[in-house]
Amino acid sequence: MLVIKDLHAKIDDKEILRGINLEIKPGEVHAIMGPNGSGKSTLSSVLAGNEKFEVNEGSVSFNGKDLLDLAPEDRAREGLFLSFQYPVEIPGVSMVNFMRTAVNEHRKYREEEPYSASEFLKLMREKKKLVEIDSNLTNRSVNEGFSGGEKKKNEIFQMAMLEPKLAILDETDSGLDIDALRVVANGVNKLKSPERSTIVITHYQRLLDHIVPDYVHVLYKGRIVKSAGKELALELEEKGYDWIKKEFED
Amino acid sequence: MAEDQDKILEEVTGGEYKYGFYTDIEMEEFPKGLNEDIIRLISAKKNEPEFMLEFRLKAFRHWLTMKQPNWAHLNIPPIDFQDIIYYAVPKKKPELESMDDVDPELKATFDKLGIPLDEQKVLAGVAVDAVIDSVSVKTTFKETLAEKGIIFCSISEAVQEYPDLVKKYLGSVVPHQDNYFGALNAAVFSDGSFVYIPKGVRCPMELSTYFRINAMNTGQFERTLIVADDDSYVSYLEGCTAPMRDENQLHAAIVEIVAMERAEVKYSTVQNWYPGDKEGKGGIYNFVTKRGICKGDYSKISWTQVETGSAITWKYPSCVLQGDHSVGEFYSVAVTNNYQQADTGTKMIHLGKNTRSLIVSKGVSAGKSQNSYRGLVKVSKKAENARNFSQCDSLLLGDKCGAHTFPYLEIANNSAKVEHEATTSKIGEDQIFYCNQRGLSTEDAVGLIVNGYVKEVINQLPMEFAVEAQKLLQISLEGSVG
Repeated sequence: MLVIKDLHAKIDDKEILRGINLEIKPGEVHAIMGPNGSGKSTLSSVLAGNEKFEVNEGSVSFNGKDLLDLAPEDRAREGLFLSFQYPVEIPGVSMVNFMRTAVNEHRKYREEEPYSASEFLKLMREKKKLVEIDSNLTNRSVNEGFSGGEKKKNEIFQMAMLEPKLAILDETDSGLDIDALRVVANGVNKLKSPERSTIVITHYQRLLDHIVPDYVHVLYKGRIVKSAGKELALELEEKGYDWIKKEFED
Repeated sequence: MAEDQDKILEEVTGGEYKYGFYTDIEMEEFPKGLNEDIIRLISAKKNEPEFMLEFRLKAFRHWLTMKQPNWAHLNIPPIDFQDIIYYAVPKKKPELESMDDVDPELKATFDKLGIPLDEQKVLAGVAVDAVIDSVSVKTTFKETLAEKGIIFCSISEAVQEYPDLVKKYLGSVVPHQDNYFGALNAAVFSDGSFVYIPKGVRCPMELSTYFRINAMNTGQFERTLIVADDDSYVSYLEGCTAPMRDENQLHAAIVEIVAMERAEVKYSTVQNWYPGDKEGKGGIYNFVTKRGICKGDYSKISWTQVETGSAITWKYPSCVLQGDHSVGEFYSVAVTNNYQQADTGTKMIHLGKNTRSLIVSKGVSAGKSQNSYRGLVKVSKKAENARNFSQCDSLLLGDKCGAHTFPYLEIANNSAKVEHEATTSKIGEDQIFYCNQRGLSTEDAVGLIVNGYVKEVINQLPMEFAVEAQKLLQISLEGSVG
């Protein structure tokens, strides 16, 4: 469903991604790990269409479409979801209103009728239950005054609402305590399906105890330098990244 | 990056004015220009009693001694007051009993504006007085209101039918010496609305006026007078549009409100005069004096305004808090785009004891526009325990626009407690990207973010108006996202 070929991207003339190759099939969970500054978050931003980054080489195909050719909102409507590392606050805009607009934009794109208020609220109730999010969060303004954990739960709730084909979780575990981590991971696991793929970007093994990946990739200096099964994450946890850096430099 | 943002901003704020149609109605117009003869002609045409002619002439003579002020943060091209038509009326004299008698062209105009002029629509709960160019065309729902003793009619009609009330209150809040445009209005005003709510009556529906400038080179000088007697309540709405024209047109209105003991008046405006084109050509000069006096103890006047139109807006809806324990409120959203200029705010004059005022102002600037908040909080010597809280926020879309805040404080009593908070923020790229990532277009994202930003004010509007105002905000900012 996602095929990345030789992807290069830069910000302010500084090349961050330097030839990424990656293929993800429906239903697969891929973990992307790597030391700070290796380009993990840049990769998620570029896939989501953040215009801060300029793609200067390579191609990305998403369900047969040229992803890089699509506006960020169309990438979302095609089924690409990014769980932000730092979810943004939008004061005065209620979660209900925000999500209703988003869900109906997705429906419009698929040439479906927009949900009525009652249909929408019903859907929201179901999804809230599924991801165990507190009712009061959805009554507040988007992320405004949310704690770190609440923001991340809210991302997973939005993911549940939008039912993406590909979800990218960008360091969703950062800043979470054990309980919040479990809630978030449970949410992601409940949303797993044979059609839905997931990219988990993380520093740590602990999230991967809960969300078990099919593949683990190590990103270093803008390239994927090692790919293996889930055991790679354990090895990294134990040995750190130095051996990979060394291997790569040699 | 900045360039990208500007490009997007430009795309999204480049929206077109959607009320720019012109209706071809046969008009009766006076010749251009202003002199005592014109004023006598207006007064005679309206069959006014002697005191009204005197009122006008006194104002006109005073106006001649005045100079156009220039203290506002506005760049106003010179106005040729002799090049304006001061009186234009749809020719078929619209003293009509049923909607069937209204000129179909005129009715089509109101349909286009979405005004619920038909009685059935009015059943939705809004009584409408529509003023086109100079004259009030139709006041709906008069009978229902009359049962409660409420008077809601055109000011011309009030002059004929209720001269005592008019004589007592007209000019009592905004005297003709008050300001340049106020004096001009007093001399030449052609129509407007009059409301009287008797003692103890709660007006059962929203009262509403729609103003529209249609004819060319016409100034619109309407005058609204609202008197709320003891223990009464009324909510009043005002909406305005105009056709697109290359020349600037002058709109110099006056609104006066009198609130007696324990009376409450809510006055809401959604102002959408033609703002001029993207290059700043044309548009309405909106120079308006709005003032209410809380005459009685425990009375309350609340202004809510959503200002999206006009080339230049210059207005400060104010409250004179004379009665003890009286309350004044001002909620404002002012949106400027392209070359629009706005200098708006309020004056809260605390005279009585334990008076309170609240100011919430939200400015949104886009394009190359300039948006200023100007507000005065004055606490007189005798105003023990006066309280004021002011919140003035500015939101910038892009980097070619300006936002300014001019708060003035004059405090003559030590027991006063006055607070002022102000913020300026730019709409964040990260906010827009976040919305994009959830499937919202940049345009929708800006609309959503701006509507969130102004929510506190929009919430003050009656439901139907709030929805309209939200749409209007989005339209006004089309082509301006960043």
